[in-house]
Amino acid sequence: MEIPIDYESLRVIWWGLMGVLLIAFAATDGFDLGVAALLPFIAHTDAERRMVINTIGPTWEGNQVWFILGGGAIFAAWPFVYAVSFSGFYLAMFVVLCALILRPVGFKYRSKREDERWRAFWDWALFTGGFVPALVFGVAVGNVLTGVPFRLDADLRAFYEGTFLGLFTPFTLLCGVLSVAMLVLHGAAWLTMKAEKGPVRDRARLYGMFAGLLAILCFAGGNLWAAHGDLGFRIVEGVDPAGASNPLRMLSEAAPGAWLSNFAQHSWMWIAPVLGYAGLAIAVLGVALAIEALAFSGSTLAVAGIIATVGLSMFPYILPSTIDPRSSLTVWNASSSHLTLFVMLILTVIFLPLVLAYTAWVYKVLWGRVTTRDVTSNPSMY
Amino acid sequence: MDFTVAELSRLQFALTAMYHFLFVPLTLGLSFILVIMEAVYVMTGKPIWRTITKFWGMIFGINFVLGVATGITMEFEFGTNWSYFSHYVGDIFGAPLAIEGLMAFFLEATFVGLMFFGWDKLSRVAHLGVTFMVALGSNLSALWILVANGWMQNPVGAQFNPETMRMEVIDFGAVLFNPVAQAKFVHTVSAGYVTAAAFVLGISAIYLLQGKWRGFAKRSMAVASAFGLASALSVVVLGDESGYTLTDNQKMKLAALEAMWETEPPPAGLTLIGWPDMEARETYYGVHVPWALGLIATRSIDKEVTGILALVAIAETRIESGIIAYDAVQRLRASPADTAARAQFEAHKRDLGYALLLKRYVNDPRQADAAMIKKAAWDTVPNVPLLFWAFRFMAGIGFYFIALFALAFWLSTLHAFDNKWFLRLAVLSIPLPWIAAEMGWVLAEMGRQPWAIDGVLPTFLGASSLTVTEVIITIIGFTLLYGALAVVEVGLIIRTVKMGPYAHAGEQREPSGHGARAASIPAE
Ligand code: HDD
Ligand code: HEM
Ligand code: HEM
Repeated sequence: MEIPIDYESLRVIWWGLMGVLLIAFAATDGFDLGVAALLPFIAHTDAERRMVINTIGPTWEGNQVWFILGGGAIFAAWPFVYAVSFSGFYLAMFVVLCALILRPVGFKYRSKREDERWRAFWDWALFTGGFVPALVFGVAVGNVLTGVPFRLDADLRAFYEGTFLGLFTPFTLLCGVLSVAMLVLHGAAWLTMKAEKGPVRDRARLYGMFAGLLAILCFAGGNLWAAHGDLGFRIVEGVDPAGASNPLRMLSEAAPGAWLSNFAQHSWMWIAPVLGYAGLAIAVLGVALAIEALAFSGSTLAVAGIIATVGLSMFPYILPSTIDPRSSLTVWNASSSHLTLFVMLILTVIFLPLVLAYTAWVYKVLWGRVTTRDVTSNPSMY
Repeated sequence: MDFTVAELSRLQFALTAMYHFLFVPLTLGLSFILVIMEAVYVMTGKPIWRTITKFWGMIFGINFVLGVATGITMEFEFGTNWSYFSHYVGDIFGAPLAIEGLMAFFLEATFVGLMFFGWDKLSRVAHLGVTFMVALGSNLSALWILVANGWMQNPVGAQFNPETMRMEVIDFGAVLFNPVAQAKFVHTVSAGYVTAAAFVLGISAIYLLQGKWRGFAKRSMAVASAFGLASALSVVVLGDESGYTLTDNQKMKLAALEAMWETEPPPAGLTLIGWPDMEARETYYGVHVPWALGLIATRSIDKEVTGILALVAIAETRIESGIIAYDAVQRLRASPADTAARAQFEAHKRDLGYALLLKRYVNDPRQADAAMIKKAAWDTVPNVPLLFWAFRFMAGIGFYFIALFALAFWLSTLHAFDNKWFLRLAVLSIPLPWIAAEMGWVLAEMGRQPWAIDGVLPTFLGASSLTVTEVIITIIGFTLLYGALAVVEVGLIIRTVKMGPYAHAGEQREPSGHGARAASIPAE
């Protein structure tokens, strides 16, 4: 069969789709993580906590699938990235998985028993399930930006030569804090819209304002670091956008400041960081003034802008290697075959709109604020 | 390659997958049972059916979350623990996993919230539609993951590409319509239906034995016995033998589960029970049924079923041919334009994987001596006694359930629900489907050894480059976490069962409508 879209374009499309998936994950499950991280601090009584949990109770499960699909799509479209990153970040992945395992269970089991200690335990489990993934995802993105100590041998087997603690450097922690702050803001914006008007919502707004300001500082710090720190790589030789997916044919070198060169070449890309800052500012304003549409659309824009900034600054890199100039993974050398990318694209074009349509319908059916009265009178709630 | 890391990763994969599969079958089956119950409610409008649906729905929910929680681990475990596997076959294997997310997980996970929270927000028919979407989603997820797993057993539609040093797809249709995957899908979802039917039957029997909630229990039992009978027939009739003539390794699996060392003249006999001995390469105390195996395995009386010894001899020649393919790959890597090497590769590429078996003993398979080739050929024999017994437990349980559900169905058409020994038997049978299903996976996965991908990639090569300490940390971690969750889960299910259908929130307290009338029906 003749494949109607050329290999290079398909690779760029799938690079874009990976960004779409990440943004969709952060924009939907992101507020679930943020709400869970806020739970013990903004809700004090049991009824308050149940109200907070039920603002995300019926929909978090569908949101989480963006994360699972992210894993599956990277496996299908970027097998190298799937293989190298998850085995490299082995223990960090384990920590995230444990936190994410506690989360579904926390939702379902917490309110099944009256016992106070039982409920307090699951509240902290839910907190862990929100806070830890938010932090580790940020730290992971930070590591992708600084590069990862791995090399490929002649059989293309990956060897990771870093340690678990080596993942945490000042820069990657900055990214981790940015991620937590951004998602807490997003969660607070969600609660502004979804929780009944009262003390819980007010506390959420306060935390949201603080998180939003912190996010602005961290994002600015990250941008300065990219400009003046030691971040960045560039390709020296062997670029072949339609070539076989074999990283060893390409040579990279570290080039401090190179993460900004894309912006210098293509000025339209500035949209992304501008959206990031503007979204954060709008969201802070929205939660401060309790204008919920402003708050939530602002934080959604911020999530999209910040993630897009990272992706665009690194293009065509996906996972640079700090220890071997020939092992770095890029859009041109880490994808699956031409045929697989094409078939997966067709399926995505068919099914993604369907997913969006029924997800929208479910949100519509469940529209409206959740109140503390609901949770005490409606027994099918968590 | 560090063999210990590979062994430990196998242990971890087995633990996490078998744990995941404790929850999967109940989800697969109970979701359809809920659809049936709710459909009866929508058609008859009788509130008791709503109570029934809600009660089993609550149990479904408790089970479902653990299925989801443990599934997340599975989705990433290929990358974390089987990194070279992921690179080597990701081009094919990743696709069904991604499609599963897109097509199945979104469906079930988006609608499952509404299924619990939407009773008052939707019309009856719309709510039934939502429940159906959940059932459809979870069964579609089984389809796609079994397409992936079926491809590992019978890797069709793909070939090795020396430029990228991995397998690449040439025909997606072949991957999807892989006969092994199809057989696996039907067999595995039927196993799920049997599991759920046995569960509903057994719990209802507990209520009847206690004389509680009889109206509820009888109706649940009627649904379970009809659904269970159909499923038990399907699980046995559609057992997985159909795929066993397709590849040398599948033939090996068949010979191993029958502990058949020598090729028998067709049609081969079936060893009902016996004592296979790996050292002596013989099966002692066998009780034989003439003809049966040939009929089952080849669906004919004139095709032969190959024995283990003959298959080892075939493996040996394939290893020798694989070494030639390996040599060609190395030459192509040095000079991609070498046409002689290309021709050599094309002629022997089918056996490339067999050369990789030698990597256990020597770094470069071309340096292997005759003794190593012999040892590698014997490595293709899986653990015969284990497969032999796993198969017999599973199949035995399969026939038992046909009998049990037939009896249940007969009793329920007579409305004779009070046969004490039948009720006790139903209670005792609750765990059996889980045992059969876990045995089935042991058979399928251990029978695939030493291959991760049948004939393509040996398991020990597939592992990530991790340290032993790292894998031990995660094995201990998962064991503790999963163990604790199992205790909580079982505790909650028992509590829910004890409280019974009318304690469920909503059925007494609901201010108006059908729920209120349901609550006012006395427990007969
Ligand atoms: C035959 C069925 C079957 C098999 C063999 C597997 N699963 Fe599974 N899985 C299901 C059937 C299922 C399900 C019925 O759809 C589950 C179980 C309970 C549930 O909630 O959905 C599920 C849940 C589930 C989830 C959570 C989905 C969600 O959020 O809704 C993930 C990510 C996986 N699985 C992934 C895997 C992987 C990577 C497997 C292979 C190694 C695997 N499963 C084996
Ligand atoms: C949920 C049901 C499953 C169970 C209970 C199960 C069970 C097992 C067991 C017992 C092993 C260990 C075999 C050994 O190492 O000797 C294993 C290994 C493995 N299974 Fe499965 N399996 C399941 C589903 C799957 C599926 C659906 C896939 C792929 C799509 C899969 C892929 C693997 C892989 C990659 C390994 C490790 C490599 C190997 O040992 O071959 N499993 N599984
Ligand atoms: C007479 C009855 C049965 C026969 C002949 C039979 C046959 C088989 C065979 C040959 C396999 C191995 C498939 C492979 O090699 O890949 C298998 C796997 C399996 N069996 Fe059965 N089986 C029977 C009953 C059952 C029952 C009662 C259950 C559970 C309730 C069950 C659950 C499974 C599962 C979960 C698997 C693993 C998935 C798969 O490979 O399809 N089986 N069965």
